[in-house]
Amino acid sequence: MEFEPKILGFLCNWCSYAGADLAGVSRIQYPPNLRVIRVMCSGRVDPVFVLDALMKGLDGVLVLGCHLGDCHYIDGNYEAESKYRALEMLLENINLNDRINLDWVSASEGMRFADLVDEFTEKIKSLGPSPISSSTKDLKLLDELQAIKRVFSNSRIRSLIGRERKITLLENTYGETIDFEKFNKILKDALDSEFYRSQIYLSLLKKSASVKDISQEINIDKTLVFKNLLMLRQRGLADVAGVDGLDPIYKAL
Amino acid sequence: MNVVGSVLIIGGGIGGTQAALDLSESGFKVYVLEKTTSIGGVMAQLDKTFPTNDCAMCIVSPKLVAAGRHPNIELIINAEINEVLGDAGDFKVKLTKRSLHINPDICTGCGVCGQKCPVECIDLFNEKMVKNKATFVKYPQAVPLLYSINKDKCIGCGVCEGVCKAGAVEYDRADEITELNVGSIILAPGFDEFDPTPLSPYGYGKYQNVVTSIEFERILSASGPYSGLVLRPSDGDIPEKLAFLQCVGSRDPHRANAFCSSVCCMYTAKEAVIAKEHQHQVNPTIFTMDIRAYGKDFDKYINRAQDEYGIRYIRSRVSHIREDPKTKNLILTYETAEGKITNEVFNMVVLAVGLNPPEDAKKIAEIFDIKLNEYGFCYTDPFHPVETSKLGIYVCGAFSAPKDIPETVIQASAAAGKVNMLLAPARGTLITKKEYPEEIDVRGKPPRIGVFICHCGINIGGVVDVPGVVEYAKTLPNVEYVERNLYTCSADTQTGIKERIIEQNLNRVIVASCTPRTHEPLFQETIREAGLNRYLFEMANIRDQCSWVHMHEPEKATEKAKDLVRMAVGKANRIYPLKRMVLNMTHKALIIGGGITGLNTGLGFAKQGYETYIIEQDKKLGGYANNIHRLLEEKSVNDYLDALITEVKNQDNLKIYNNSRIKQVNGYVGNFEVIIEKEDGSENTLESGVIVVATGGKAYVPDEYNYKNNDKVITQIQLENQIFENKLSEDIKNIVMIQCVGSRNEEYPYCSRICCAEAIKNAILIKEKYPEKEIIILYRDIRTYGFKEKFYRKAREAGVIFLRFNKEQPPELIENNGIMRILLNSPQMGEQISMDTELVVLSTGIRPPMKSNEKLAPMLKVPLNDDGFFLEAHVKLRPVDFATEGVFLAGLAHSPKSIEESIMQSYAAVSRASTLLSKEQIESEGTIAFINPMKCSGCGLCVETCSYNAVSLNEEKHIAEVNTALCKGCGACSANCRSSAIDLLGFTNTQLYLVINQYQQ
Repeated sequence: MEFEPKILGFLCNWCSYAGADLAGVSRIQYPPNLRVIRVMCSGRVDPVFVLDALMKGLDGVLVLGCHLGDCHYIDGNYEAESKYRALEMLLENINLNDRINLDWVSASEGMRFADLVDEFTEKIKSLGPSPISSSTKDLKLLDELQAIKRVFSNSRIRSLIGRERKITLLENTYGETIDFEKFNKILKDALDSEFYRSQIYLSLLKKSASVKDISQEINIDKTLVFKNLLMLRQRGLADVAGVDGLDPIYKAL
Repeated sequence: MNVVGSVLIIGGGIGGTQAALDLSESGFKVYVLEKTTSIGGVMAQLDKTFPTNDCAMCIVSPKLVAAGRHPNIELIINAEINEVLGDAGDFKVKLTKRSLHINPDICTGCGVCGQKCPVECIDLFNEKMVKNKATFVKYPQAVPLLYSINKDKCIGCGVCEGVCKAGAVEYDRADEITELNVGSIILAPGFDEFDPTPLSPYGYGKYQNVVTSIEFERILSASGPYSGLVLRPSDGDIPEKLAFLQCVGSRDPHRANAFCSSVCCMYTAKEAVIAKEHQHQVNPTIFTMDIRAYGKDFDKYINRAQDEYGIRYIRSRVSHIREDPKTKNLILTYETAEGKITNEVFNMVVLAVGLNPPEDAKKIAEIFDIKLNEYGFCYTDPFHPVETSKLGIYVCGAFSAPKDIPETVIQASAAAGKVNMLLAPARGTLITKKEYPEEIDVRGKPPRIGVFICHCGINIGGVVDVPGVVEYAKTLPNVEYVERNLYTCSADTQTGIKERIIEQNLNRVIVASCTPRTHEPLFQETIREAGLNRYLFEMANIRDQCSWVHMHEPEKATEKAKDLVRMAVGKANRIYPLKRMVLNMTHKALIIGGGITGLNTGLGFAKQGYETYIIEQDKKLGGYANNIHRLLEEKSVNDYLDALITEVKNQDNLKIYNNSRIKQVNGYVGNFEVIIEKEDGSENTLESGVIVVATGGKAYVPDEYNYKNNDKVITQIQLENQIFENKLSEDIKNIVMIQCVGSRNEEYPYCSRICCAEAIKNAILIKEKYPEKEIIILYRDIRTYGFKEKFYRKAREAGVIFLRFNKEQPPELIENNGIMRILLNSPQMGEQISMDTELVVLSTGIRPPMKSNEKLAPMLKVPLNDDGFFLEAHVKLRPVDFATEGVFLAGLAHSPKSIEESIMQSYAAVSRASTLLSKEQIESEGTIAFINPMKCSGCGLCVETCSYNAVSLNEEKHIAEVNTALCKGCGACSANCRSSAIDLLGFTNTQLYLVINQYQQ
C-alpha cells in the first residue's frame, strides 16, 4: 500500500485558514493528508507544539500565517518566523528539518494553499514515514527530539527567540540594535549548546555515566560533553555521583 | 426635535460598511441598502492595496463578515430606493427589494445550484473575463452568502430547484416593496469606472491586449481569472513589456473629465510592483504627466517602485496606440522628454482609468433632494465635508470626490460621527438587546458532548460518508449524543440543537460542518440561547477543508472527517466556560490639541452630550490654521475659524485648558487619568474614557536659499499674509516660487501634500490683483489631486508659468548686488536657463512637532512613523485608530493634509470613539491571555511581545499582569513565555496538546 503521510497544520484564523476555506469554496483538490488546527495567530504556535507532533510520530507539520506585513495582530507572523527559524536550526541537526514548513497564505490564495499542501505532501511522501512512527521505531531519534523539546522549553532559548525582533530591529536596552547576523550566531551557539546539554541530561536521567560513556552514547565529542556537563552542574541539574577508576561518574539531579 | 434612532446607508462598499459598523456599535439600528447582491464593493475586487501591499480580501472580509452578522445591521441587497419623504431626524423611505428568485431565509449559500446551472454567463466581479452561471453568487467570500438567479440569463430549466436540498429556489418569487423610517441617511454609492471605449486612439475594446486597470486588478488577483498569473488576454503569454497609461479619462477636459481621479498614480504603481512580483519577466513602464503620490508614505512607495523594482516612468502622454495584427503587440506613439515623437512596442497595455460619478448619480440626487457639483459628484462644502445640501443626509466615499480606501473609511466614519451628533437623543431606542437565560453551571460536571454532523445538502454528504462519521463519533469518549442534519445551519436545526441540549443534558457541543470563520458565531449564539456558555463549543471543518477539496477520494475524505471530529471531541473534553470581561466606561472625552481638528473633535463629542476637555499648549486656539487666510477653493479660513472658536466657547460641556501640556497618562480605555500641567506649573487631573491626539503640525522654517538672511526670500505663508495685508510691493515684477523645499528629500522623504495647492492659490490671488506681475512656479510634480486640478488649469490660463525640475537638479539662487537670479535645469527646456526675480517664494511644507510627539507617544503607548508623525493602527482600514484601544488620531498629527481632510478626520475620530463612549460598559472577548502567578518569573518577555500593550509588569509583585480590556487574544505572548506562565484561554497549551495527541492515536 502506498504510504499516506499524516500531516498536521497550524493555520492562523485570519489569512491562511481563510485561504484554506477559499480552496474549498473554489473546489481546488489537494491531497487528504493534512489535518488542521486553527489558531488565532501563527505567533501562537509554540515550537514545542511542533516538536510534540513530531514526537507523536506525525510525518510532517505545516505552519501557515498571514503574509509578512499582513498580520491581523500587527506582527504575530514575524514572531512565528523567529521561532520557526530557530526550530529549523536544531531540526537540521537530526535531519528532520524537511518535515516542517512555515509559509504564508493570504485569504485570497486558495490556489496557493492547495499548491503548498500538494508540494509538502509530495515532499513528505518522498521522505517516507517518520522514523518514529515506522515499525523500526527510531528510539535514538526520539531521544534527540525529546532533547530538542527541552531546548525549546528552556528559558534561555525562549528569552533569546522572544527578544529577537526587539534586539535586531528596534533597540536593545542600550538603545542600540544588534546586527542580525551577529544575533543569529549567538542564537545558533545557544541552541547548539543547549541541545548538547539536554542530550547529556536526558542520557544521565536514564543512567549515571562517565564523560566517555556519555560521549559514546550520544555521539558528541568528549570535550564538548565535559564543558556542557560543567554547565549542567552549575545549574544544579547534574552532579558527580562517584568515581570509577579515573573517571568521575555523573548523575542527573 | 424628535428623532428616530436608525440610519439608512446607501451602498455596501467599504465606506458604507464602515459607517454601518460604527453606527451599529454606537447604539443605532442600521439598514444597508446595496444594489448588487452582496456587499464589499470595489475593494473586494482588488488584489492588493497601496502603500502596504496588504491583501485586500484579507483585510476587508473580517469587516464584511462582522457587518453581515451584526444584530443591529440589516443588509438589504439587490434593492433600490423609490422615494424619500420627511426631514432630518425622521425620514420615510420607500424601497423595492428585487427578487433573488431564491428565498434568502432558506438559502445556506452551499452553492450546489450554481455548480449545476447549465447556463454560463458573464461574471461582472471578474470584469467579464471569465464566466459565471445564471444562478450565482458574486464572489466566493460574498456577504451575505446567498445565491440568486440572474433572470436575464436564466433559461428556466429547473435544475437548480431540483438540486437544492433546502428548497430555497422560488422562480416565481416577486419583488417586495417596503418602507423604512430612519433618522438619518448616509450616501455611499461609490463610483463607476471611466469607460475608455470612446477614447478611440487607445483602442480599448478593439485591441484584446489593451485592458483597464480594474481588469488588470482581477488579473493580478490570486482568486481572479488567471489565478494571479500576469498574462495577456490575446494568447495567454506573459507580457514582457507592459505599459501603463495614466490619466485615461482624467485631467482631460476636452475628451473626458477635467478633474484628477486622485488614486490612479498610486494604484498603477502598486499594479506595476505586484505584476513584477508575480512575474519577474514583466517589465512595466508607466506613462504619466505628474506622479501624484501625495498621501502618507506614498512617495516612499514610488521610490521603491523605481529603485527596487526597476519600474520605468516616462513623463509623457501617449497620443495613440496601434496594434500589430499578427503579434497582437501594441505600438505606442508618444513624445519623448527631448520633444521627439517616437514609437515603442509593448506586449500589453493597462489603461489607468479614472473615477466617474456613479451612473445613477442624477437619480440619487433627485430622490434624496441633494445637489451635485459641476462634475456630477455629490456637492459638499470644504468646511463641511460630509454634509450634503440636505440636512440629515450625509455622504462618504468616492461619491463626494474620487478618493482612495483610507480616505473613504475616514469619511465614512466622519459621516457616522455627524449622524451620532444628530441622533444622539435617540441612541439605543431601536436596537435589539437580547435577553439570555441564565448560564447553566457546568463546573464539576463530566463532559456530555453532543455532536451535530452536517450533510450540507450534498456538499458534504456527497463525498463524506456522514452516517459512517456519525457511528464513529458515537464511540468517542464522553460523546452522549450524535445526529446528522441536512443543513445544520438552518433555522429549524437551531431549534433542534437547543432542544437536544436540554433533553440530553448536553454541556459541550460540536458541529461538524463548514468553516468557523463564518458559522461559529451562529452556533455559539444557539447554545447560549439554550443556557450554555458560548465557549463550550467546537467546530470541525469537514466541508471547506475536507469534502470540497477531496471530492474524488471519498474514503480518505471520510477518514479525514473522522479525524477532525475526533480532534474536536478531544478538545471539547477540556474546554471550560469563559467569561467576557466587563469594564466601566467614563463618558468623557479628552482631546490633545486645540487646532481646527481638535476643536471640531471637541464639538463632535460635546454635542452628543459627553463632557469634553481640549488641551492646548498655546494661549491661542486654531493651531496651524492661524497661518492661513483663504482656501484654494475660495473660502475664508479666518471667518470659519472665528465662528468655530465662538461655537466651541459657547458649548457648556466643553472645557478648554490652554497653555497646558500633558504630563502623565495613567489607566486604559474607558478609564484614563490624564495629568495636565499649566505653564505656571499648576496641575490638573482629568478623567476620560477616550483620548484623541490632534496635536497638529508646524510650518517648516527653511535653511535653503538663504531664507534666514534674505528678506526677499519668503515662504508661502508669508506671501499669503502680504497679499491679504496688501503689502506686496509695487517693485516686484517677477516672482519665482520653488516647490518641495524641505519635502521629498533624503531626510524628509514625504510629500507635504498642501504646498502645490498653496502655491497655486497664492499665484491666482496675485494674478487677480496684479495681473502684470509675472509668476513662475518651479515644481517636481504638480499634485492638485481631485477637484483641485481645476485651479491648476485656472492658474495656467491666468498666465502662471510652470517649469519642472528633477530632484537631482534643484533650482539655484545666485545673489549679486541685490539682483537675484535663478538658474534652472528643466527637462522641459533641455538646457540651463536663468531668470531674474525680485521675490523668491519657498513652498516649505509641514513638519511634525518632533520633540513633543516623542514625549507624548510613549505616554499614550502609541507609535510614531519614520517621519515623526503618529502611526495609526492600520493604514487602510483603521486610519484614525491606534492599536492601543481608546486612543484615536486626527489631523496633521497623522500626516500633512488640507483643512477639509483634517475636519473629516476629526469627525471620524468622534465616531470611532463613540463606539466606545456610547456603551455603559465594554466587553472583551473571552479568549484572552491569563497568567499563572505561581509560575511567572517577571522576566517581561510577554510585555515586549505584546503589540497591544496589554501586558505589563507589576513592579511590586514582580509578575506580569494582563489587562483584559486590551488583550486581543493572539497568543504570541504564550508561545514566547519562558515558564509556561502565560497561556491563552480557549487555545491553552493543554488543549492544543490534546488536539495534537488526538490526531495521532
